Formats: sequence, structure tokens, C-alpha cells
Amino acid sequence: MIAPHGGKLVDRLLKGACREEALDKARALPVLRIDDESVSDVENIATGVFSPLEGFLGRSGFRSVLREMRLPDDLPWTIPVILDAGREDAARLKEGGEVLLASEAGRPVAILHLEEKYEYDRNELAEKVFLTSDRAHPGVAKAAAMKDVLLAGPVDLIDISPTPFDRYKLSPKETRILFKEKGWKTVVAFQTRNTPHIGHEYLQKTALTFTDGIFVNPVIGRKKKGDFKDEVILTSYEELIRNYYLKERAVMAILQMEMRYAGPREAIFHAIVRKNFGCTHIIIGRDHAGVGNYYQPYAAQDIFEEFPDLGIAPLFFRSFYHCRKCRSVVNEKICPHPASEHIQFSGTMIRDMLVKGEIPPPELMRPEVAEVIMRFKDPFVE
Amino acid sequence: MDKELMAVSIPATLYRKIEETIKGTGVASVEDYVAKVLREKLSLAAPGEAFTKEDEEKVKERLKALGYID
Repeated sequence: MIAPHGGKLVDRLLKGACREEALDKARALPVLRIDDESVSDVENIATGVFSPLEGFLGRSGFRSVLREMRLPDDLPWTIPVILDAGREDAARLKEGGEVLLASEAGRPVAILHLEEKYEYDRNELAEKVFLTSDRAHPGVAKAAAMKDVLLAGPVDLIDISPTPFDRYKLSPKETRILFKEKGWKTVVAFQTRNTPHIGHEYLQKTALTFTDGIFVNPVIGRKKKGDFKDEVILTSYEELIRNYYLKERAVMAILQMEMRYAGPREAIFHAIVRKNFGCTHIIIGRDHAGVGNYYQPYAAQDIFEEFPDLGIAPLFFRSFYHCRKCRSVVNEKICPHPASEHIQFSGTMIRDMLVKGEIPPPELMRPEVAEVIMRFKDPFVE
Repeated sequence: MDKELMAVSIPATLYRKIEETIKGTGVASVEDYVAKVLREKLSLAAPGEAFTKEDEEKVKERLKALGYID
């Protein structure tokens, strides 16, 4: 089995007497309310998804990630995992003390062992991570709205928050045992935030031809207006897998994590996360984790050159399309026919057809998948 | 941020061979090349994760209940 990033799977979920003790102690601790994205970060740290991180990055880790794309111990790490707080909140929290992190609704989430408070440069954060300072970029806009102080230190998770999709929620420890149980030595990860069209299926099955199993891993969480809703993505994949995949070769589980839309840096981050889940390979397509035209189409593939020590192998795919003459999904390397014979897998076109109540042609989407999407009254994020 | 650097000696002939190898490849220096190769080599040596029998059994029960394994 592939080693977790940094060699050890982090487990900071409190259990049994330790949890009860922490809850008792928490009543006397200062409370900091955090948003849903930060709750997801805490859970991902504590359950090993972000191994080897044990908590939110301190100043040296933050700088190292921004400037070197590595943790201070030289391990590849491209997205800073940080917790922001307003000046007033930060002032009442003491370094060396503990803080109860609570959800916006007031549910106790975790204990933060506050080691450090520090200020940072939002512009540098945006320019280094998103490669732009344009406020129209969703990641830059979010960075600009962040509070003034960053809080750092390890976290101990009190409870994993319930979601409507708990049936699909697996920790890295669970996926690792699952892959072992299935006898998979090589596992390819497919990250998605979309319903599947034939192009996705082609990509997954091509990768699956060379590996023992595929791990379909939809990202659940805050999305852009017009994106498919989480429940639509899950139901459509369930339908695709049931009808067109071998049960013993495909597994789907969700990843509750914010999409940063950081293109190349996020592609590396996604690879690290999937390595922690026990995957040996990850599919990286065109403009992975991109948004708008901020990144070159294959920048998210080129960046892997800088990380020979990532420990998970990327499988790169370029553009592919349906060819009427070949009567199959093809790419520029295998199809000799002119562009007039090609049908592109346009998400926008498929979406428009679904909105109008039209079933997309079978060359673009499996009819079972289209039907299941059309059963939803409002399949898109408002 | 300046990373702390340390010196490692390699034979001069090997150094020159690396200089020749990296010409026109986009690798900026012999140091960068050596660091890249060593990082790759070291990442392959990482040991796998082992779980206790008790942990494995608990997880398998949940995986069965969710329908992931029979």
C-alpha cells in the first residue's frame, strides 16, 4: 500500500474518555465560530486527508508553502491550510492556550491548541496561490475578504459533522482498508465536481485499463452558481457506476473540501489528498481545478515536473471528443478525421439541453445518467 | 524565504556530466538537478501504513454496512 504523504496518516479524532474530557474542558474555553469551509479543513486535518498536517499552518509553514510550494521539512505542499480570525477575536485568544472551534450554528467542532497568531499579506497569498490579483477570480475574492490574523496550531476533532451524504463519506483509513480488502494494488483517483458525460467515462476507463481499481471522488461543498448540486452529481455517478462499471473495480466516496480554483497548485494538492486516501495514480485532465481563463490549459499538468517526490503518479489526458467517423471517443493522437467530424464534450451544451428538458445524444451522455439528472426539479446551484 | 542549504561533495566528473545533461532542459543548476533526483529517490523509500487488527475489523464492519464490501 502506498505510504501516506509524510509517511504517517494523521488521526486527531477524539474518542471515548478523551472526547468526554475535552468536551468538559471545552465549556471553560474561549469560543471561535468558524465557517463551513474551515470546519471541513479541521475534519480533513483530523482524519488524515491532509496528512501530514496536524493543524493550521504557522508563519514559517505558511511562507514556505507560498514561496517554495513545500512544507518547511521539504515535503511538497502547495495550498496553505490556514484559519483566519478578526483582530478582536485574535486579541482575546492567547498563544499557548486552547480555543473551542464551533460551527456557525454553535456546534462544538474541535479544540485548537493555539501556538501562534500572525499577520499576513493577502495580496501575496492571492498572487502566489492563484497567480493573479484579479478580484473576479473566486479564490482571490475569498482571500481579499479574509480576516486580518491567522491562527496556527494542532486541532483535536470532537465530532465529524453529519451531512446528507454520510453514506458516501469515507476517511483515508477506511479507503485504505477498502482497497486492501478489494485486493487493489494500484488505484486511480478521479476528482470531479460535475455529472459524468461520455468523455469522463472514457477517461476513467482508459485509466482503469492500467490499474486495479478506480476511486471516483466528487468534491462536495461550496460551489459556483450554475454548478450541478451535490446530490445530482452523486446520484448521476451512482447510476453510471451501476450500469456501466464492474462493481469490484469502482468505488465512489465524497470529499468534503472547498474548491479553491487554484489550477496548477490545486492539482498538486488534489494529488496529495488522493495519495492519503491510498491512491497510486490520479487523472489530471485539461485545466484541472481551473476557472475562467486564468491558467494555461495544461499548466496543471506541467507543474508535476517540479514534484518528482510527490509519491503519486499523475495520468495526463489532453483534449478528447467523439468522432462521427470513428464512432467512438478519440483524441488528436488516434483520430485522422477532420474537426467537422468531431463532437466536443461541452458541459455548457449538455447543461443547456438538460435545462430545456432534452436528453443529450448518447454520444455525449448515457441516457440513464441524463434521465436521473432530469428527475431533479432544480439540478443546479442557485 | 532562503532555504538552509548544505554542501555534499560529488566527483568532479559526475558534476560535469550533470552540467552537460541539463543543458537546454530548463533545469537551472546542477544543485537543482541533484535535489530533484534525490527527492524522487527518497520518496520511493517511504514505508506503507499499517493498521491494527482491531482497527481493520471495525472499519470492515462499517464498509460492509455501507455496501462497499460483501
